[in-house]
Amino acid sequence: MLDILQRFFGKETEKPSKTVAKERLRLVLMHDRLDISPEILESLRADLLKVITDYCEIDQSAMEIGLHRGQGSVALVANIPVLRLKRLPPHH
Amino acid sequence: MGEVMVITSGKGGVGKTTTTANLGTALAMMGYRVVLVDADIGLRNLDVVMGLENRIVYDLVDVAHGRCRLKQALIRDRRFESLFLLPAAQTKDKTAVNPEQMKELCAELKQESDFVLVDCPAGIEQGFRNAIAGADKAVVVTTPEVAAVRDADRIIGLLEASELRNPLLIVNRIRPQMVKTGDMLNVEDVIEHLAIELLGIVPDDETIITSTNRGEPAVLNANSRAGEAYRNISRRIVGEEVPFMNLDAGGGFIERVRRLFGLRTG
Repeated sequence: MLDILQRFFGKETEKPSKTVAKERLRLVLMHDRLDISPEILESLRADLLKVITDYCEIDQSAMEIGLHRGQGSVALVANIPVLRLKRLPPHH
Repeated sequence: MGEVMVITSGKGGVGKTTTTANLGTALAMMGYRVVLVDADIGLRNLDVVMGLENRIVYDLVDVAHGRCRLKQALIRDRRFESLFLLPAAQTKDKTAVNPEQMKELCAELKQESDFVLVDCPAGIEQGFRNAIAGADKAVVVTTPEVAAVRDADRIIGLLEASELRNPLLIVNRIRPQMVKTGDMLNVEDVIEHLAIELLGIVPDDETIITSTNRGEPAVLNANSRAGEAYRNISRRIVGEEVPFMNLDAGGGFIERVRRLFGLRTG
């Protein structure tokens, strides 16, 4: 009912299209700019491995890493199966 | 020794060729020696926008392959004797020219001119690589639309990866009335996303169509708003400080009534 009244009085219920365009542009650019190259991803993977293996033994063959594009955000997702934790911190 | 500027955009149809023709003509009007290079091999267009299509004998590919001398392929403009066009070839083979040949060509052209403007084809493939190969500076043209701004962003990334840093931005086809009613991205929105320096704003203007119909760039028409915008941009290119055009649609009551009755103001 309110909707009909609003429409009757010509009240704008939709967002202006520019606002929509701006938000869509923001998201599309964020996604585009995060288009990571295989070399960079490999380098990230190697560095992560270096750090993690100081603390635990992991199953390197099952390690997965990548960028996950969700609605409105981008996340770095790593799935690293742990075999065993080390007892002492590395710099002990 | 002049400067080679590539006019690029990524997306097609945003006004690269119109921009190249108008900036080149405006610079020539100011007395500078200008060569326009149509790098869109296979889809020759700049000659038509300039109204020089009937005078083509040789083209860019002929020069690159040594079938003629560079001077023989340059078409002198009828209106300004310091303005020249090097037309694109109509060959279907887009690999007819390589970046190395373009680099040599641009180096030779800038020896005897103040500005060499290269009209880049749409896309990011070989044609783009060729067009930017000999450039000292890049101008990115976009329109206030999501697709065009997105492609401009990609192009800016590719330019910077090719050592063409600090490209300049032209936002084309702004419709002030739509910006005012919140139905079009404004210049600030575009700059906020692309984060490069603004060189100019060009309003959407029917005189671009009529001037293209006639093969007379809009900068030659004193009454064209887009022409005025391009004249301003060319003055900025040569280092003058020119304020950005006031595109305020003037939404006051009287103004709206005048618009309603089709009365033009300023």
